[in-house]
This record gives sequence, C-alpha cells and structure tokens, in this order.
Amino acid sequence: MGNALKAIGLALALSTTLVAAAMAQPTEVRIGVALEPPILDPTAGAAEAIDIVVYQNIFEGLTRIDENGAVQPDLAKSWTISDDNLTYTFQLQDGVTFHDGTSFDAEDVKFTFDRILSPNSTNAHKEFYEPISSVTVIDPLTVEFKLSKPVGMFLFDLGRGDAVIVAPESADNNATDPIGTGPFSFVQWDKGSRVVLEAYGPYWGEPIHLTKATYVFISDTATMTNALLAGDIDGTNNFAAEALGVFEGNPAFNILVGTTEGETLLSTNNKKAPFTDLRVRQAMAHAIDRKAIIDGATYGYGVPIGSHFAPHNPYYVDLTNTYPFDLDAARKLLAEAGFPDGFSATLKLPPLAYARLSGQIIASDFAKIGIKLELINVEWAQWLDDVYTKKDFDLTIISHVEPFDIGNYANPDYYFGYDNPVFQAVIEKLNGTTDDAQRKELAIEAQTILAKDAVNGYLFELPQTGVWNSKLTGMWKNSPIEGLVLRDIRWTE
Amino acid sequence: MKRILAHPSLAIGLAATLFFALLGLVSLFWTPYPIAQIEIGRRFLGPSAEHWLGTDNLGRDMFSLMMSGTLTSFVVAALAVAIGAGIGVPLGLAAAAWGGPVEWLVLRFTDFIFAFPALIVAILISTLIGPGSINAVVAIGVFNIPVFARVARGGALSIATLDFVAAGRLAGFGNAQIAYRHLLPNIMSLIIVQGTIQLSLGILSEAGLSYVGLGTQPPSTSLGLMLKDAQSLFLLHPFLTFVPGLCIVLIVIALNIAGDGLRDAIDARLRAQGSSNVVA
Repeated sequence: MGNALKAIGLALALSTTLVAAAMAQPTEVRIGVALEPPILDPTAGAAEAIDIVVYQNIFEGLTRIDENGAVQPDLAKSWTISDDNLTYTFQLQDGVTFHDGTSFDAEDVKFTFDRILSPNSTNAHKEFYEPISSVTVIDPLTVEFKLSKPVGMFLFDLGRGDAVIVAPESADNNATDPIGTGPFSFVQWDKGSRVVLEAYGPYWGEPIHLTKATYVFISDTATMTNALLAGDIDGTNNFAAEALGVFEGNPAFNILVGTTEGETLLSTNNKKAPFTDLRVRQAMAHAIDRKAIIDGATYGYGVPIGSHFAPHNPYYVDLTNTYPFDLDAARKLLAEAGFPDGFSATLKLPPLAYARLSGQIIASDFAKIGIKLELINVEWAQWLDDVYTKKDFDLTIISHVEPFDIGNYANPDYYFGYDNPVFQAVIEKLNGTTDDAQRKELAIEAQTILAKDAVNGYLFELPQTGVWNSKLTGMWKNSPIEGLVLRDIRWTE
Repeated sequence: MKRILAHPSLAIGLAATLFFALLGLVSLFWTPYPIAQIEIGRRFLGPSAEHWLGTDNLGRDMFSLMMSGTLTSFVVAALAVAIGAGIGVPLGLAAAAWGGPVEWLVLRFTDFIFAFPALIVAILISTLIGPGSINAVVAIGVFNIPVFARVARGGALSIATLDFVAAGRLAGFGNAQIAYRHLLPNIMSLIIVQGTIQLSLGILSEAGLSYVGLGTQPPSTSLGLMLKDAQSLFLLHPFLTFVPGLCIVLIVIALNIAGDGLRDAIDARLRAQGSSNVVA
C-alpha cells in the first residue's frame, strides 16, 4: 500500500515536471510583421513581404543565402562549374518531397526555370536568369545549366526568393496555397490578419525546432508595441525605431540592431517632367538633409548612402558628398532649369514609419527651395499597384531591400524609368565578369554614374531593428536577403 | 450681456469656446513657429520659454501645431454643421409645412442615413474620394443633415397647429411662406442649440477621421492628426498625446456647456418677451 502510494506520488511529481517542461519550452512562435504580402508566391511578385513569410520557410532554392550573405547548398547538395564559367552541374538532394507529397527531382528544377523564362512569366527579376540558355535533366538527381555568358553572381541569384523551386502540380496555385519543399508547410491565410505555418514532418533537411509559426500583420507601431508588451506576439523582425526606447532596458526583450540590403530612396519618376531634367534632380539631391532624415526617421540607426549600394558591401564607394546638402546650390540649379520659384509635385508614401517620417522631413526641406510637395499616404496594395506597376507617381519613398539590385537601373521599364545606355553597358559588363577586382571596378563605376545622374534621392541604408522575446534565439541580426528565416529560431530557458 | 452672465454654464462654455476659437483664428496670421518647420535637432523638448508646449517627434513647436490644429478642427466641424443645417433645416421645414408625401420622403431619407453608423460611412466616403480636410467636411456634413431635418420638423410641427400659423394661412400665405416666416424664426433656438452640439460632435468626428489617417493630411495639421502622430510614441513621450487629447476634451466640454446654457438662456428670453408670433 505504502509503495503504491509512493508510486502514485512519483508519477504525479513526474507528470507535473513534464508539464512544466512543456510549458517552459514552447515550440510555437508568433511574429509581428508590418506589411501583409499581396500573394504568397515569391516567384511572381517583388514585394519583400512575400519573402518574409515564405523564403527558406515554405520554399527553397537550389542554393540558399545564409545569415552572413554567403551562398550555401540547399536543394543542390553540390555542384561543379566548367572552366569557362558557362556550365553548372548540380547534384540534387535525395528524398525531398513537396508539401503535397509529390517528390522533388531534376524535372522540377527544369520546370521552375522554364517557367521563370517563359514569355508570360510574371517573375519580378527575370533578368537575373535570362543568361540561362538551357536547363537539361541528366538524371533525376542531376541537372545541368548552360549559360549564354558568364554570370558573376549566378550561385547567389539561384538562392534568391525569385528562383525557389516549385512543382508543376502546384505552381499555379502558389499565390494563395504555396507548396514548396521547405521545413514549414502552409496552413492558412486569414487575409488582413495572419498567415499560419506548420512544421513539415517529412522535411528532408536538419530538423527544426518550432512546430508552428504565425505571422501576424500589424502595420501600426502603437498596436505592435502593445502586442509585444502584452505577449500577443513573440517578436518582430523590424520594429519602428521611434518606439524602440520602450523596450530598451526591459529584460523580457532583446533588441537586435543589424543591417539590411535596403537602400531607402526618394524614388523619382525619371520619365515625367520636370524630373527628366538632370538639374532638377541635382537640385533635389542638394536639398536632401541626410542627417536630419536619418535622425528623424531612423533615430540614428540608418547609414547614409550616396548611390544605390549597401555600405557593408566590399564594392561600396562613399558617394554621399556628390551633391552635399546645400540649399543655395539647389536654388541656383532650379533657376537654371527654369523653375526659379520651384514647382509642385506629389510624394506618395507607403505605410511604413520610415517613409512617412522621411516624407515630412523632405517636404519641409524642399519647401525651402520652392518645391511644394503634396504628401499622399497610400496603402501597401495601392502603392504596389499605382507606383510600382502603373508608374503613376512623381516621387515616392521606398526601401529597395534586394541584395545587389543596382542592375534594376539598367531596365528602362523599371518603375522609376531610368534609361541610360552607358549605365546599361556597365551593368552588362559587370554581370558577365567573374574576376573580383574587375567586378569591383565596374560596380564602383555603376554607383558613380547613378550618384552623378541623381537618378533618385539616395537617403540611407535601412537598419534592421528587431525586437524579440529574450527567450527566443536563432533570429538573424542582419538581413542579407529578403526574408525572415525561421530555421534556427527556438525557445531557450 | 447680463443675460449671458445669469447663466454661468453659458458664460463658462462660451468663454472657453471663444478662447479656443480665437487661438485657432490667430494661427491664420501668426504662430510662434511655422507649423511645417521641421528641425530634428530640437525634438522632444519639454515645455520651456521658447516652446510653451514643447516640441514633437520632428522638432515642430507643439503650441503652434495646437493652434493650427484647433483651427482645422473648428473649420471642418463648422462647415459640416453649415452643410447639415443648410440642407437639413429646409428639409425638416418642408416636411412640416407640406406634410403628406413630402414628409414621408424626408422622414424615410433621414431614416436611411441614420441607418448607417456615421463614422464608418465617413471612413467609406473618405476612402472613396480620398483623404483630406474637404472630404472630411463632406463626410461629416452628410450625417448632420438628418439630425437637423428631424429637429426642424419636430420643432415646426409643434408650432404649425398654433393659431397665428392658421391666421397666416388665412392671410393667403403658401407653405413656403409659412415655413419661412412663421416656422423658421420659432425653431431658431432649437437649431442653434443643436448646432453647438453638432459642432462638438463634428470636432470629435474630424479627430477620429484624422486619427485613422483619412482626415487632414500633413503638412497641415489637426488635433486628431497630432494624436495619431503621437500615439506610437505614447509610452516614451506621453506629453505629445496629452496636448491634443486634452484640447479635444476641453473644446467638446466647452461646446456642450455652451449649448446647454444657450438653450436655457434663449428659452428664458423668449418667455420673457412673449412676442406675438414667437413662442417657445
């Protein structure tokens, strides 16, 4: 009898410890993000919000970009490159399945790239993959890429969200029901509210720690602050710098300050008068007070840029003094361009704290040289449609978060409409160069042309200021590629 | 003047309303600092001799913003009341004077508008025609129409059966003349009191619309927009929220007190005078 009681007592004690352990070690995470993705297919849209949810979580590419910006094998476990840099042969991972149960093999790789390159492709960055002349299936686990010219960053480009591998069975529905090979499978998307992901049991790679991840869409800073304080969400990858002070010194939270690939621009419609006039753009560049903007919009966390390039990139050259803050020079240039009294223009601002604040500061500075800006706040979907797609804008403020995206300026149809054959030739050459020293030289030349042409107003490199529950680890401090990779995130004691 | 002082609530309410209205009007000619002047170097200063109410997150002078914001709020609310009274009162009078199908139409129209939650539809209107002060005026004004129409009809009906109105009819006045000569002067007090109440509701609505980003747009400002700008900083700099928040509260209280007092004062005056074709 005594023994039986003891046993029961022991069992009770044991079960309470187990329950306590389970309580202390949750495996679910709720993450607040500011913008809701318009769709969930990263191969069919340019919005970073898509990659934040799906990149390396639902979808994987042949390669992946790690926390330091380096290329790592992913669905391709190894590769060989021919001496002329024109043939890449990839060995694929074995035993990989898509979330709908279909298997992954070389045919899926071929399908993915044929889809990107097809004439009716909706890929946002087709240009990265255009040098691919053929994709050949050698056997189910070997695939060969032939390029028409060497591409310096080919392995990196394969690791972008734009080149994740999709299956012919499911690709058409990926916008609303994404099916990939990643560690998380898609569960549901409550539009306007959240996306729920769940760990995919048969995942081929290293086991992950979380069982469930929920992305909650909160665009308002005060709401996000309250959600964090109340424990409704466990963290956010990029919190508005203005309210970071709330969490400083609070032991329940961990603030991660890092860099992103986000060049924040006063994007200028180069195809619309008066911005077609170089002197007008130069005048605007002279009227931008970067220090005030960085202090006012990023609370000092941003790093000034003078061209479209990330300051932590080894190819970076400091061009912030090309057109220093000088209102007299700006007025003179405006007068030369035929606008001694300035002009009126609109500035469309997406719902991001940095954009709304920078917009007010720029409007105040531009007013001093006679440029009267009408600030128009637009919602995210409206921004993507009006500004990015229909190019219906004078000026806007947005961060271009893709890594090494200076090549966008070589596309005259890109939304800010910059068309300069000299620049296009430099980028063409840069893309085809694999020698590092030469690449650097060309990258510097490209940066300098953009700075001198004042294509856009170059403001600052967007910082990443994450706020996380201090018991969470494994979040990326820096953001070398668009995404919020859940792979290493876990709860600790 | 004596009559006003005889009603302390009216005196206090009017004085406070006038104070804020004057503050707003002065901002047309003068503010301590230009409201659009952004000076990051001097942000988050507390109240001081140079900046009476401190500075906000972009280094703008809070007192200047408050003056200008008060003006915007008053102008938007006053124009909305003008729209509401300008359309609503004639509708209400017509309903009372003509009766029959006209009355039915007017009443159904007011029911129809009342069926919608006001702020939600204001948000809809602002979304459809774009955010901005003018659109806020329209959105708020539309919802003032049925309020004034009902008040005007109700007041007019109680008078329409009186003898002097019947006398007017015998003298050959048409419905329009009856409404204009006999009904309107008698319901003026009701309209004025309703106007003050709608003014305070209009100020609240404007603040609400600006707060959700559909009212006044920067670089102009309103009390609601100031609240919105301050809300993400509330935990760090609560003072930035208190200034516009308290302003709204004070203005609304002032208008309500003034409205109450006004009703008492006007009623008393009417009773005392007992004029032939003016009744209470």
